[in-house]
Amino acid sequence: MNAPSSEPSSAHPPEPSATPSPEPSATPPSALELRGITAGYERGAPVLREVSLTVGAGEAVGLLGPSGCGKSTLARVAALLHRPYAGTVLLDGEPARGWRHRAPRAQRTSVGVVFQQPRLAADPRLTLAALIAEPLRATGRKDEAGERTAELAESVGLGGELLTRRPHEVSDGQLQRACVARALVLGPRLLICDEMTAMLDASTTAALVAVVEEYRARSGAALLAVGHDRTLLERWCDRTVEHAAVQAPTTGKDATGTDATAAATGTDAGAQVGGAPVRSGRRAPADTSAG
Amino acid sequence: MSEQNAESEQDAVSEQDAGSEKDAVSEKGAARAGALLSVRELSVRFRMRGGREIAAVTDASFDLAPGECLALVGESGCGKSVLASALLGLLPGNARTSGSALLHGTGLDLLAADEATLARTVRGRRIGLVPQSPAGHLTAVRTVRSQLAETVRELTGLRGQELAAATRQAAERAAFPADHLDRYPHQLSGGLAQRAATALALVGDAPLLLADEPTTGLDRDLVDRTVDELRGHTRDGRGLLIITHDLRAAERVADRVAVMYAGRIVELSAAAPFFGEPGPRHPYARGLLEALPERAFTPVPGMPPELGDLPEGCAFAPRCVRASEECATVPALTGGLACHHPVPAQDVAADSERDRHRDLDRHREQDRHHEGSRA
Repeated sequence: MNAPSSEPSSAHPPEPSATPSPEPSATPPSALELRGITAGYERGAPVLREVSLTVGAGEAVGLLGPSGCGKSTLARVAALLHRPYAGTVLLDGEPARGWRHRAPRAQRTSVGVVFQQPRLAADPRLTLAALIAEPLRATGRKDEAGERTAELAESVGLGGELLTRRPHEVSDGQLQRACVARALVLGPRLLICDEMTAMLDASTTAALVAVVEEYRARSGAALLAVGHDRTLLERWCDRTVEHAAVQAPTTGKDATGTDATAAATGTDAGAQVGGAPVRSGRRAPADTSAG
Repeated sequence: MSEQNAESEQDAVSEQDAGSEKDAVSEKGAARAGALLSVRELSVRFRMRGGREIAAVTDASFDLAPGECLALVGESGCGKSVLASALLGLLPGNARTSGSALLHGTGLDLLAADEATLARTVRGRRIGLVPQSPAGHLTAVRTVRSQLAETVRELTGLRGQELAAATRQAAERAAFPADHLDRYPHQLSGGLAQRAATALALVGDAPLLLADEPTTGLDRDLVDRTVDELRGHTRDGRGLLIITHDLRAAERVADRVAVMYAGRIVELSAAAPFFGEPGPRHPYARGLLEALPERAFTPVPGMPPELGDLPEGCAFAPRCVRASEECATVPALTGGLACHHPVPAQDVAADSERDRHRDLDRHREQDRHHEGSRA
């Protein structure tokens, strides 16, 4: 429905002062541009090194990588939820000036995020209806809540009585549906889906992807879908990129990341795949990388 | 409750013609000869406050042979994990079970056995559990070596040097690297934590392995490797029951597939015809496969029903394009299929298109057919 608070930022001509845009001049600015992002949780041992990635206006990009390669960290940086050590994040051509609560509201609300684990991303005290409406409440648009919630709940397939339940009373799939609705409630210009469907069965996966695509078709929003399921992301997105390919080559041994899933044990084949360009190898269905 | 009426009216369905594979199991009959595990009409009910009842599993029947891998697939919340917990006697106090689950070689009915028997002779010894979330299954404040050694000691009685050697061997069997034994669970990647949990499950040399969503959250390479490794343990005659919502993992390793919907097994088939030609015959199973991104990528419309508030009759009927009045009664599982209007085996390929536009004539014709077979 009506334009969200992201509108001012997208209406602005891009004025990223000294940064020459790679786009041809007249085209709209990229929805998301990451330049030389280095980020992590421990100084000296960054999870990401000089990552650069562009998501064009209205484009759907799939970012592929094995568990623990840092792609979730990248998603958090792009969503302004994690401050990088170095590098620039541009949203709709505008450089990000703050992270988390310090991010300007117009920028913060122009990005919608769906996380992998809906249980960890949902306040257990809220009903699903309140959960979906929470971003409206937080941005002082409570009065729109009733109408928007009903509309979005219907589009993600959540019916009447379900909306009065709390997270512990619904399944993972139902909760993730609510989380998708919550991500869409402010009408974001960019959606970031971090392993949105990793916990879900095939049917719910297809249903949620359809919801996201329907929203994008209506709003022209861009998408960064992060995941490890090549078949899914190739079917879903306009193009896919390997996490290994967007990162500057590391020197020497893999850094021991502190990301819980990473654990950087080195011997894990999953972790090793991250370093090597194994595009063709991973495509083969019978490939069994010896661990 | 609904168990009885489920039984009564169902014998009418006899239209299991083409496509039933040679191993179409006689679900209602006696245990298959040589089966490792024979589950018959297993039902689980949870009593809730206010007299409500949740029908988590209803009349599940299947056999598992030595060396066989059976995959139990279905949407989240369809009762798969409850079934696994029932077999291990790990259900909460408000659960009530009925039916039987005979463990071959012991004459033991898992559902009737008391806690002491299950704890001393079954868990770890006759049934090894590979858990859903290995990181949560392991004790966070102890190293892998310490946990593994404890399990080895309890199950074998070894001490000292022998215990240390057996612990290393136990790790090796699950391909857990010896130089990681002194790590704590949080220092392990998802794949290694999975192997540590598998190592624990293998210590007792149990003839039956039960893997409950062993690959949730792992990436595709790790999923493939994890299920391959689990499958590898069936070579020496172990049976593997793998519970998963990951259809591709099931396709990779399973000999047979059981599809569960709203607490019932709706299709039980050999894996090759299920995933290949002619494909699943239950409309739900077909819908689930068609939802895969490498296939049609279209969801099954609607959502699964609440297990506390199941519709009368076939629980899938409200979402099913093939449903008719007949679906107001629950179809029995006959010849590996529980459906009044299964997809005919011969025109499965052409059918997905047709399914989208409800074909009423066809339904009427099928109804007539059923009327005929009933008379």
